[in-house]
Amino acid sequence: MAKKLNRREFIKIAGMGAGGLAVGSSFLKPVSLFGQPLSKEKLLTSTFSEVTPTYCEICFWKCAGWVHKKEGKPWKIVGNPDDAHSNGRFCPRGTGGLGAYTDPDRLKTPLIRVEERGKQVFREASWDEAFDYITDKMNRIKEKYGPECMALFTHGSGGGYFKNLIRAYGSNNIAAPSYAQCRGPRAEAYLLTYGEGVGSPERTDIENTKCLVLIGSHIGENMHNGQVQEFTKAHMNGATVITVDPRFSTAASKSKYWLPIKPSTDLALLLAWINVIIEEELYDKEYVKKYTYGFDALKKAVKHNTPEWAYPITTIKPHVIRETAREMAAAAPAVIIHPGRHVTWYGDDTQRVRAGAILNALLGSWGRRGGFYAPSKAHVPKPKHPAYPKPSKGWRDAFPDKYPLANLALSSGICDATIPSTTDACSIKGWIVYGTNLIQTLPQPEKTIKAIQNLELLVAIDIMPSEITGWADVVLPECTYLERYDDLRISQGRVPSIALRAPAFEPRYNTKPAYWMAVQLAGRLGLSAYFPYERIEDYLEYRLKAVGSSLEEMKKLGVKNLPLEQELYFLNGEEYEFATPSGKIELYSETLAENGFDPIPVYTAHEEPEDGYYRLLYGRAPMHSFGRTTNNPLLYELKSENEVWINPKVAREWAIKTGDYIRLENQDKVVSNKIKVKVTERIRHDCVYMVHGFGHGQKQMRRSYKRGADDARLISRVNVDPIMGGTGMRVNFVTFRKEVA
Amino acid sequence: MRYAMAIDTKRCVGCADCVVACQTENNVPEGYCRDWIVEETIGAFPELQLEIRSERCNHCADSPCVRCCPTGASHYEEGGVVLVNHDECIGCKACIASCPYDARFVHPEGYVDKCTFCIHRVREGKNPACVDVCPTHAMIFGDVDDRNSDISKALRTRKYKTLIPEAGTEPHVFYLL
Repeated sequence: MAKKLNRREFIKIAGMGAGGLAVGSSFLKPVSLFGQPLSKEKLLTSTFSEVTPTYCEICFWKCAGWVHKKEGKPWKIVGNPDDAHSNGRFCPRGTGGLGAYTDPDRLKTPLIRVEERGKQVFREASWDEAFDYITDKMNRIKEKYGPECMALFTHGSGGGYFKNLIRAYGSNNIAAPSYAQCRGPRAEAYLLTYGEGVGSPERTDIENTKCLVLIGSHIGENMHNGQVQEFTKAHMNGATVITVDPRFSTAASKSKYWLPIKPSTDLALLLAWINVIIEEELYDKEYVKKYTYGFDALKKAVKHNTPEWAYPITTIKPHVIRETAREMAAAAPAVIIHPGRHVTWYGDDTQRVRAGAILNALLGSWGRRGGFYAPSKAHVPKPKHPAYPKPSKGWRDAFPDKYPLANLALSSGICDATIPSTTDACSIKGWIVYGTNLIQTLPQPEKTIKAIQNLELLVAIDIMPSEITGWADVVLPECTYLERYDDLRISQGRVPSIALRAPAFEPRYNTKPAYWMAVQLAGRLGLSAYFPYERIEDYLEYRLKAVGSSLEEMKKLGVKNLPLEQELYFLNGEEYEFATPSGKIELYSETLAENGFDPIPVYTAHEEPEDGYYRLLYGRAPMHSFGRTTNNPLLYELKSENEVWINPKVAREWAIKTGDYIRLENQDKVVSNKIKVKVTERIRHDCVYMVHGFGHGQKQMRRSYKRGADDARLISRVNVDPIMGGTGMRVNFVTFRKEVA
Repeated sequence: MRYAMAIDTKRCVGCADCVVACQTENNVPEGYCRDWIVEETIGAFPELQLEIRSERCNHCADSPCVRCCPTGASHYEEGGVVLVNHDECIGCKACIASCPYDARFVHPEGYVDKCTFCIHRVREGKNPACVDVCPTHAMIFGDVDDRNSDISKALRTRKYKTLIPEAGTEPHVFYLL
């Protein structure tokens, strides 16, 4: 084939224009395109370009878009203009989503372990063999220990089917690292204060805000699409951005104020801001009086938290603390103290996030334009199935008398409960791990491996081989989101919406969708009644019919926005009841008091690094979703390894320069893989920073194997939040080792 | 008509979406890219500035690459877009040596390749793929000869610069400051 000619042909054909099913703003009116009805036949017969609706699975933002094929071959993925998550523009990860499909390192067929765990010696198995193996073990665990001794760890769209399966089986030990290792403290802090959470996508009205305060949130580096878009909009509209971060993040570079705070002291700054807002009477008096509870107690409690008190703790000068507090008040109520997302930092995280929630309440931003809006969510009924059996033991029994205010199971707690001990009532014997690489997502990987050694069954369901699949007894290869239907995306936002994911391609290799796997397992376990529809298309049809749509319609639309059910903002002067014990926004939390915790956040100092050690901070890069994408051929090219950011003064002391490879050694003598140095003024002298998700130890990921270093390995120590069990992970200190051989 | 691009450094977060969108749109082979991100830090802690730029071929009006091409493969298309005719390219790399922006590379199939301003899309009335994908709307493409185009308006109302102006090539990618 003459390749050069081919390329010219391509340009010529493309130049003709009208042949393709162009997806642009003209697609807003879905029923007809170019004045003609859009039929399925037409899509299939088009030789130039075909489009299939999807919502992205590369991160949890789940933007809806269109997968394009050209001459039957995968071409590109673009955003759906009707979708509020993306507004028609995918982020680099979504745009690079095709790499997940084309990656030659994907899991290809079911595997059954043949040698001892972790040695990674497997044999290829048929789906029947794999399911029989799992069924047999699950039946034995049920008989011997009870169904409560099975646990599910999950992340991603297909997790729901396995949740249904495991509940039907008789266990509610269902955990996601996104709670105890990520946003759990935020959920509980806002629940305690406002009686409801922030949700995802967050209900922050960033596009209308006049002042945005980011505390460690590096928007732009964490590429939560719609949020980044709103951030840019606000910035360009002249909103004041105040960024609190030991690192000059991308967001900091767009900010009017960058407060390079000493790490671990954010709560002191928040309390000082509260102090200024109260002492200078800058708070929204009417709002505070009408909607909040415990103002006098708060005023008293923060009396001593003056900017002068906070200065030596945070290193932020008193006049800067005052000035920024006044900026917030001037913008109120169109002001957002951003609640953050990954907030498990120091172990007092619920209290820190709560301090921000309290500040938002004082400024009257909850329920106000430019503050926090009231999101709407579509109600889409699911088909009925028999009631789940009631487990005799629940996830709370995995950690008795601890973390009283945890509202979701703790993945770290379930992991701990798998290690036999004399005190724990429940010892877990089997894990199903769906779409989460627990070795990297949980801190203290040694502990995770110790837990795994005590299991009688470990099933890993994934697309890529990862550290966790290496430890599994059975590996079930899932096809990518581009090769399957999935449950509807039902998301909250300013407008409630549903989105469809339909398969653009046939599954490659011997891979299968999660729904099919769950149905097959349910059949073998005698639980078919819990999956009333064997085919996911029929299940989707049922759900769509209930909201007046259909699979056919959704294949044309991709996204359907539904009518708004409530006002976005509080109505002036209206009474509102909050789902808290007092029915008000709780500046003083009765629930915390009853459980023996500080009802109003109190600053306590955290341990600091010894001489020659630096606090290990970690974060995100816009082109990767944790460790899930580092092997994606398209995204690997954008960033193939992480670097350790080191302040020039520190680098000089150690005679380290940009481009050097070093190793990091933590306080427990854990040594990292080698990592490239980035000497930069953009970080303080008392900490170092690296992007999470690199340094894979799984050889089968041929691109990303040992590229960069894995921060999780260096997180051998955590400070657990006593309120809800979140694992504070920014409590590890590292030093440098220059020998890398 | 004169096509040009303006890239807003205030909006750009350096996510590299433009890079991957270009790669999929234009089927750029693995290991190559037609556009890329540059981050420049200015100042010392804590008085810092960060400039993030999405860079590519500048589609210069006085292009050394066109001038030095022995076969005429590098040429101007409508609107001043600089293109390489793959059939006429002999892969001699003279253009690569002459480009002050390092915007060109040898495609594994033997010809020199680079940004085309997605001329195949532009001819359909669309923007280049990088412009349409950018989540922060940091890029504007259009005709600078049309006073009413978005890009003309942006260049009238905002401060801007070009890269390596001293090379004298009259680049047509502008960076809004």
